Amino acid sequence: MNKKFVLGIYDDEDVLLHAIENVRAAGTKIYDVFSPYPVHGIDDVLGIKRSRLPIVAFFGGLTGMSFALWMQIWMLGFDWPMIIGGKPHIALPAFIPVTFELTVLFAAFSMVITFFIVSKLKPSFKVNVFDKRSTDDKFVMAIEVKDGVTDMNALNNLLRTNGAIEVNEKEVVK
Amino acid sequence: MQHVSPIREPLVTGGKTYHDITEDVCRQVEAKPNVRWMAAFAVALVGLAIFIYSVYRTLWYGIGEWGLNKTVGWAWDITNFVWWVGIGHAGTLISAILLLFRQKWRTSINRAAEAMTIFAVICAAMFPVLHMGRPWLAYWVLPLPNTFGSLWVNFNSPLLWDVFAISTYFSVSLVFWYIGLIPDFATIRDRATGPIARRAYSALSMGWTGSAKAWSRYETVSLILAGVATPLVLSVHTIVSMDFATSVIPGWHTTIFPPYFVAGAIFSGFAMVLTLMIITRKTFKLEDYITLEHVESMNKVIILTGSIVGVAYTTEFFIAWYSGVAYEQYAFINRATGPYWWAYWAMMTCNVITPQLFWFRSIRRSLTATFIISIFVNIGMWFERFVIIVTSLHRDYLPSSWVMFSPSWIDIGVYVGTIGLFFTLFLLFCKFFPVVNMAEVKSILKSSSAVRHTHADTMHSTDKGLNTNTQHNNE
Repeated sequence: MNKKFVLGIYDDEDVLLHAIENVRAAGTKIYDVFSPYPVHGIDDVLGIKRSRLPIVAFFGGLTGMSFALWMQIWMLGFDWPMIIGGKPHIALPAFIPVTFELTVLFAAFSMVITFFIVSKLKPSFKVNVFDKRSTDDKFVMAIEVKDGVTDMNALNNLLRTNGAIEVNEKEVVK
Repeated sequence: MQHVSPIREPLVTGGKTYHDITEDVCRQVEAKPNVRWMAAFAVALVGLAIFIYSVYRTLWYGIGEWGLNKTVGWAWDITNFVWWVGIGHAGTLISAILLLFRQKWRTSINRAAEAMTIFAVICAAMFPVLHMGRPWLAYWVLPLPNTFGSLWVNFNSPLLWDVFAISTYFSVSLVFWYIGLIPDFATIRDRATGPIARRAYSALSMGWTGSAKAWSRYETVSLILAGVATPLVLSVHTIVSMDFATSVIPGWHTTIFPPYFVAGAIFSGFAMVLTLMIITRKTFKLEDYITLEHVESMNKVIILTGSIVGVAYTTEFFIAWYSGVAYEQYAFINRATGPYWWAYWAMMTCNVITPQLFWFRSIRRSLTATFIISIFVNIGMWFERFVIIVTSLHRDYLPSSWVMFSPSWIDIGVYVGTIGLFFTLFLLFCKFFPVVNMAEVKSILKSSSAVRHTHADTMHSTDKGLNTNTQHNNE
């Protein structure tokens, strides 16, 4: 099914933030906003919730720590105990560096892998970008158009009065 | 499009717009390599050839090709290892620690500095692996059950901690660097004209569109990665220093090593960043992004870390005397006045005296002076590791074991070769990857936020009253 979008193109982040507020206040649902860099304050005006990725990192780190401790204690303490440097078999202070490194490794990788999955980032040759200028110097606000429901003229006016330098239509083949 | 503060110098000069940033950075990637790049790459390839030949000799004939002997079992290899790892640390410091401290000047240098980290760690990893003598058995350092029983690796050994530290450091740095590259790859992808470039950068950009939710997650991921990379980078050089500090060799067995090594690592790393940046900004015409302000900020870090290193050298000497241990005292007197006195004083001159010149503002802001001093620091920090390793080992407990160390041609070849390897990788990076983080530089171009915008007009008028240079123009 094809989806139709109206794209409001902006060239300034402050104008964009105001436009988002006003468009949302007018009761129009914004599909997404594309920008060349992270615009500060956009999460609040768009109503984007704080990412829960830090929680993933925390549990990843916890897993890494437990795994590292279990591995060292089991290997040197139970599976094949040896006396090394007169230390006890389970010499916890000496296990801290490896435990720390694996905590960091698991925290970082669990979070990054989750980030790739939830943001649907994967290597592909075909990318659907609404407007190619949004990775260069323009901010693009995309609003989904429902045939017969959306008043195109009113939408166009709303975007233009809120500082859009261009208003385009785009059809996306799903 | 730029807000110019009356107090701080601007981080990006030349009145750039967002599009100018894209153009200036993408130009290197899209244009044919220039003559200077080709010439530099040719030299780097010669270095790489030296590396391949020296590694071939080391692998084919064994470690006997090096200048090591029974008393001095660690010399250039470990010196080079520590030197390269230390250099790598500046990249993480700039991208992670300065991110946590919200130092916005990091944005135009973090990309290249992180690339330097990754390539430096690759060079560093060559040395312990080659020193194994039989690198095809390198997997023995992993916690795998020994083929002849379930004998495991020794988790009490700092050398094993190093395995975990360096590999974690390398993989986390690589991921951190790559996440930052994704939006910039998308920019290049959307500009690409050739089919190969479009496909390659499409794959590299992982389908990035710059949607608000993705940016929100991107910022969270960057912040958390910076948060975990900061203790990680400190742990790496701490563990490297423990390779020495947990031994019972006079001159190595000191508790000051971890902080002293970390400061030294940042010191040498910033020197290397400066060396590279001064060349890169010139070659790729990035003077508006890597400004004198950036050079000056880095030079201030050099004064700080150089002074910490200087204090550490003095403390070591004092504690050796104060400990009352004859062996410890001898190790230090021998460093300064023994047969390797020249290495010790080269270290002292390059690391302690030369960076103090940066107290003068004119020297801090002079590119020529900075470049020369950064080379001095690089040399000095190499000598520091050489002094610590070789002078502590060459006077063994029994005078009958006392020897001198002299490097073989293969030792020199492997070292020079890793410099060739490093520059080969760095030049390829400069050609195919965006050397400046476009997205982050764009984000600081116009400092603003929802809150700030409402006050922008009032602030603007007060600014004007104070300083006539203040501009707040749109485009």
